[in-house]
Amino acid sequence: MDWTDHLLMVPILLPMVTGAALLLIDEVRHTAKALINVASTLTLLVTTLALMRMADAVPPGTAALSHSYAIGDWPAPFAIVLVLDRLSALMLVLTAILAVASLVFSLARWHRAGSHFHTLFQFLLMGLGGAFLTGDVFNLFVFFEIMLAASYGLLLHGSGVFRVRSGLHYIAINLAASLLFLIGVSLIYGVTGTLNMADLAVRLAAVPAEDRTLLQAGAAILGVAFLVKAGMWPLCFWLPSAYMAAAAPVAAIFALLSKVGIYVILRLTLLVFGHAAGELDGFGREVLLFGGMATMAFGAFGVLASQAMGRLAGYSVLVSSGTLLAAIGLADAAIVSGALFYMVSSTLTIAALFMLIELVERAQEPGADLLTVTMAAYREEMDTEEETEEEVGVAMPGALAILSLCFGCLALLLAGMPPLSGFIAKFALLRAIIDAGEAATPVGIPGSAWLLVAMMILSGLAALLAMLRTGIRTFWAPLEVIVPRVLVVEVAPIIVLISLCLTLTIHGGALIRYTDAAAISLHDPASYIGRVLETSPEAGEAGQ
Amino acid sequence: MELTLALAIGILTGSGVWLILRPRTYQLVIGLSLLSYAVNLFIFSMGRLRIGAAPVLGSDGVGSPADFADPVPQALVLTAIVIGFATTALFLVVLIATRGLTGSDHVDGRESR
Repeated sequence: MDWTDHLLMVPILLPMVTGAALLLIDEVRHTAKALINVASTLTLLVTTLALMRMADAVPPGTAALSHSYAIGDWPAPFAIVLVLDRLSALMLVLTAILAVASLVFSLARWHRAGSHFHTLFQFLLMGLGGAFLTGDVFNLFVFFEIMLAASYGLLLHGSGVFRVRSGLHYIAINLAASLLFLIGVSLIYGVTGTLNMADLAVRLAAVPAEDRTLLQAGAAILGVAFLVKAGMWPLCFWLPSAYMAAAAPVAAIFALLSKVGIYVILRLTLLVFGHAAGELDGFGREVLLFGGMATMAFGAFGVLASQAMGRLAGYSVLVSSGTLLAAIGLADAAIVSGALFYMVSSTLTIAALFMLIELVERAQEPGADLLTVTMAAYREEMDTEEETEEEVGVAMPGALAILSLCFGCLALLLAGMPPLSGFIAKFALLRAIIDAGEAATPVGIPGSAWLLVAMMILSGLAALLAMLRTGIRTFWAPLEVIVPRVLVVEVAPIIVLISLCLTLTIHGGALIRYTDAAAISLHDPASYIGRVLETSPEAGEAGQ
Repeated sequence: MELTLALAIGILTGSGVWLILRPRTYQLVIGLSLLSYAVNLFIFSMGRLRIGAAPVLGSDGVGSPADFADPVPQALVLTAIVIGFATTALFLVVLIATRGLTGSDHVDGRESR
């Protein structure tokens, strides 16, 4: 263990210290708070990139696969460990990128719209970092709660009737889901006597047959808690309105929160219920596959039916979640690799979309939507508070042209049309599904795989139709064009996120190689287990 | 002992679930609190129940680690209580805010017609 292993603590400690320090600074000193927050978030980005390099340095399939860090230097099954592998490093980098983008966006106005924005933002990052790094199920609960508590505050940021009402629903749903999480964790502990994920995977094979039902019940209850977070179909009705109600920079970072549920499901199903699990191999996969497809269908219909752009983006989150869940349900290394690529691309896209929506809506007259009666009724209800705060910074020339260009790019990305990375992601996923289907059965590709292929293409079509309709209504149809006052600092993050997607298109091979390696190591739990349980107290003494 | 505890958890859970399905925000917060008590008792019971055993040392003054209660569920319950306390407090603030903003204590912010 050399000093670089201590970097594993940074994504948790840095936001915690920054968030706490920001509490001490008076609310009126916006600039100081913003500067500290930006500096801390940029440091986080650099650190996560370094962690990604570390995770990628080890060849896949070897025993030294993941870095693990024993907190307090206690040996692994008895104390909490942090584990870094390619998947968690990828999630951390994604978190940091979205954090920088939405933070910069918020500097235009939102960070002054309420108190303690910066502190809550940093605590959210702490919860996310911890959830992606921890190797212990109960510790995961703690970080989950930190993340959720910060997200409650952020969702309410900016206040207003609509936000507070959606916030109430969001908090109630998540508190109930947290209780399910606790029941699941304690059932699993009661049966296996461990909370360490790697140790759990080892002990699972030795669980006596009469306890197996109890264990399955525990795992299923735990799964429900994560599926609520990920927004699987019957558990997702809260999601579009909550995401729509959130302030634009908050919604952008929320695009990642639903991916936390996906991450945990991916991690636990492959680690604990992988091929080594014997009788329990593949537990719950059908639920993920068909539930994922139901989510995609629900999301696609929702996208088509949405009148408000914020709702459209909320349903896009569901389509993305559904695709990922169904892909995880197929449990094949190549499919998971494609799914990871899709996750990166779609998360960046949806985050950019949430931010763009706010800017585009400034171009619309409040009465411009009278054509659609449903929307008018809806609008009335919605909180249309005017932000009277004076805007600072440089306004964007030719704002409408740039906004519509960004909107077009995002439509292509969401629909998965060439030439942008949405297409590559969907293509990688489709190809892997068809290949895996051909390899598995001699008679041909199973019906469920065909269904998934069809659903992916149709959901892309739905996204394209909805985005086209919205685009026409917003940019072409209005007789009187209001040129919105848009600041450079607001457009820059959107352009950066879109150009990241463009980079993924051009250098897609590099990311595919990375996700391939990540998927291979996820399907080889032995390497993860070996590394975590090997961590001995002596190993830490070489550090510093 | 097992029956009493199981009944207690069951009654708490049942009342909690019934309350969180009610339309008033106050019922909702009480329901969530009852559910969290039930869950805490449940976690506690996952450390196994024993009756009539010495807490730490046997009657001969010698303790064996095998007699000790499992400390992990107790630590979990403690953490869960702290987190539940904080989130309930936060939720109460949101309830008051909704009441103030909408003038109604219905969870949807308006009375159903």
